[in-house]
Amino acid sequence: MDALVILIPAALFLGGLGLGAFLWSLRSGQFDDLDGAAMRILIDDEPLTTPVSDNTVKDNKPA
Amino acid sequence: MTVLDSPTISEMGPPGRDCCDMGTAAIDAVTLGAVRNRAPIPDLADPGAYVQTDPAGIRHLHLFVNGLQCAACIRSIEGSLKSLDGITAARVNMSTGRLAVSWRAGGPTAAEISNAVQRLGYAVAPFDPATVHEIYDHTASLLLSSLAVAGFAAANVMLLSVSIWAGAFSDMGPGTRNLFHWISAAIALPAVIYAGRPFFHSAVGALRHRRMNMDVPISLAVLATAAMSLHQTVLGRDHAYFDASISLLFILLVGRYLDHQTRSQARSAASHILGLAAGSATVIDEDGHHHLVPVREVVTGAYVHVPAGGKIPVDGIVVGGRSTIDSSLVTGESLPLDAVNGTQLHAGTFNISAPLRLRTTAVGEDTLLAEIIRLMEISEHGRTKYTALADRAAALYAPLVHLLALAAFLGWWLIGDASMETSVMVAIAVLIITCPCALGLAVPAVQVVATGRLLRAGILAKAKDALERLATVDTVVFDKTGTLTLGRPEFIDDQPIDTDTLELASALAGYSAHPLSKAVVRKTPKSRFTATEVEEVPGFGLTGVVDGSLVRLGNAEWCNAPVSATRRPADLELWLRRDENAPVRLRFSDRLRDDARQTVAQLQKLGLRVELLSGDRSATVADVATQMGIDTWRARCLPTEKCARLSQLQSEGRRVLMVGDGLNDAPALAFCHASMAPASGSEISQSAADFVFQGEHLRAITVALDVARSADQRVKENIGMAVLYNVVAIPFALFGLVTPLIAATAMSTSSIIVTLNALRLNLVNRNP
Repeated sequence: MDALVILIPAALFLGGLGLGAFLWSLRSGQFDDLDGAAMRILIDDEPLTTPVSDNTVKDNKPA
Repeated sequence: MTVLDSPTISEMGPPGRDCCDMGTAAIDAVTLGAVRNRAPIPDLADPGAYVQTDPAGIRHLHLFVNGLQCAACIRSIEGSLKSLDGITAARVNMSTGRLAVSWRAGGPTAAEISNAVQRLGYAVAPFDPATVHEIYDHTASLLLSSLAVAGFAAANVMLLSVSIWAGAFSDMGPGTRNLFHWISAAIALPAVIYAGRPFFHSAVGALRHRRMNMDVPISLAVLATAAMSLHQTVLGRDHAYFDASISLLFILLVGRYLDHQTRSQARSAASHILGLAAGSATVIDEDGHHHLVPVREVVTGAYVHVPAGGKIPVDGIVVGGRSTIDSSLVTGESLPLDAVNGTQLHAGTFNISAPLRLRTTAVGEDTLLAEIIRLMEISEHGRTKYTALADRAAALYAPLVHLLALAAFLGWWLIGDASMETSVMVAIAVLIITCPCALGLAVPAVQVVATGRLLRAGILAKAKDALERLATVDTVVFDKTGTLTLGRPEFIDDQPIDTDTLELASALAGYSAHPLSKAVVRKTPKSRFTATEVEEVPGFGLTGVVDGSLVRLGNAEWCNAPVSATRRPADLELWLRRDENAPVRLRFSDRLRDDARQTVAQLQKLGLRVELLSGDRSATVADVATQMGIDTWRARCLPTEKCARLSQLQSEGRRVLMVGDGLNDAPALAFCHASMAPASGSEISQSAADFVFQGEHLRAITVALDVARSADQRVKENIGMAVLYNVVAIPFALFGLVTPLIAATAMSTSSIIVTLNALRLNLVNRNP
């Protein structure tokens, strides 16, 4: 029975971690455009000659 | 999708709307369909009026983009915008079909940005994010986060419960059991309060209006279970039902989330369509300067410039220029109108061939458009109030359950001589076992499957109870132009015309946006001729030079053709004349949809009465009605007359399905029992209709009817099963025989059976 004292909190902590990660990703807008994300993986990277800062697009949230 | 057939994106031909298959997401195609008819629309709405500047001096612009289909679309739009100077971010959202652009002061103008996207072949429309805000997204994320919390809690509590059940047969001591109950309580109670919010809000809302809905017994059962379990836990007894309480919430949230997702897709398509309608107008001031202002700021008497290919933004009289107007969506008239000085034009029609100057006669509330919308709202109020089956069931079921629980309490306490505590426990057990879990799933599960099936067939179900209403119709009323017919002229080859003539005509017609020119290009898309020095004279036709000879394409007068005695005014024709050769006549007519006849016959075979109500001329309507085998028809109907006929049918006790596409059909669509509109129809009628179908086939109507009827069947079976389950389970609860194990298994089995029965809808009748 002593094992339960460690295992139950450990299980809940790990599960809670997953739940927290999901809620965070939901709040940070990662579920806003599911279709777009599926498409974007097909886009080739820009050639290396362009500066790196230009080819990363930040999520645009108007203030 | 084509994406998968191509080795890499960069090899995928020129970016633009033809880069992808048409068979992709239904939503895209619906909105695409609405615009494709008229795209490209140059200068439709210069977006300057929609730019917002934040405190840091960064400008933001939001655009609806039509025709987004694949990765190449994202890449070409974002790539071409980022190559402009000063752009800080450009992000396409595929799911909503929106583009957000930000740039620094001194960068490009808003017009340059929208033109850059239009040049790639996408129609765009600016919008104000404040007015088209995603209220639905908020609900979706509330449901999703509730679902996540409920899922987490249900899984963990169930794990503990299984241990307790197993412990009952082995050596688990009361101390351990009680510890497990306390842990369950710590997990379940906050989760119930967090994840139950969607139900609690709705239940409180209903009670406040003195109504009953399914959420009242659901909330009551969930809260009662949790409270009783806590009470048992505190006393150290074994009747704790935390698992039932939280897994019940989880199952119901799954149903509700799926239901919401399917409908919000349809809704966002609709708001997209409406967003396109909001435009701006170019006003000419006294000094002759052009200003771009939002339509609502145009005043009566102002002079407005309308470019060729643009939408007329206001009601007005032509004071300069000559052009051709396509008003088919507003009046149902299939012939293009000639607009000269003094012609009255309505907002929402399209200027086809040349720029026009209008003097505004009406704005805002006084326009024909506003009048129709007002009529539509009145009709909506006049519509017989329909109560969804689930709500009717709830109105009956909820009081019954509550009375039963009360009876159980009184029975045990007064007659059975039990203690107060036992009586309360039995009453709560009755509440739990009768909690409409299966009943709550019975309708949404079927609706999710049914709307999914419709979506795959290219039909959007917009209203929540639309399927239920559609299942009960016994009369179908059609509009003619754009519904039974395609609503656009098509070339008819009733006499032999050689390919050279057609290709010659096509070479010239490619320069014009006139519906007849477009019909020529559709008939002969490829031409080996190239026309140069092409000029268009609105109201007459085109001239151009092909291989050194002068070619004219236009009306009889333009080509000096003999006016034939047999010509009727309704005939659509073009003449083609090369140098001084004899002119050749090309004939057009508004063609019936391919399967119109078949669909009408099929509907009649199903025992439905079919009628035709049109705003077009009697002769044309009579002709179509005969071809269709429709006995009852009316021509030259005004929007109010259409409504009057529908209300007459309704008073005869008929339930009418109206199918129409024009602005003039919108009040009728809002009035009748159920309604459908093609995606090629006007924005207003699409927003008024319960269903929007895409594609050129009317078969969508029979498909929708079939799905609605079998869905109705499933719903009734499901409710029947849920009731049967209750009839069996309630005696157990009444006699105090319910153990946690019985409650949990009974609840989940009935939910699973109901869900499986709903899924059956996907298996049978798979002949779309």
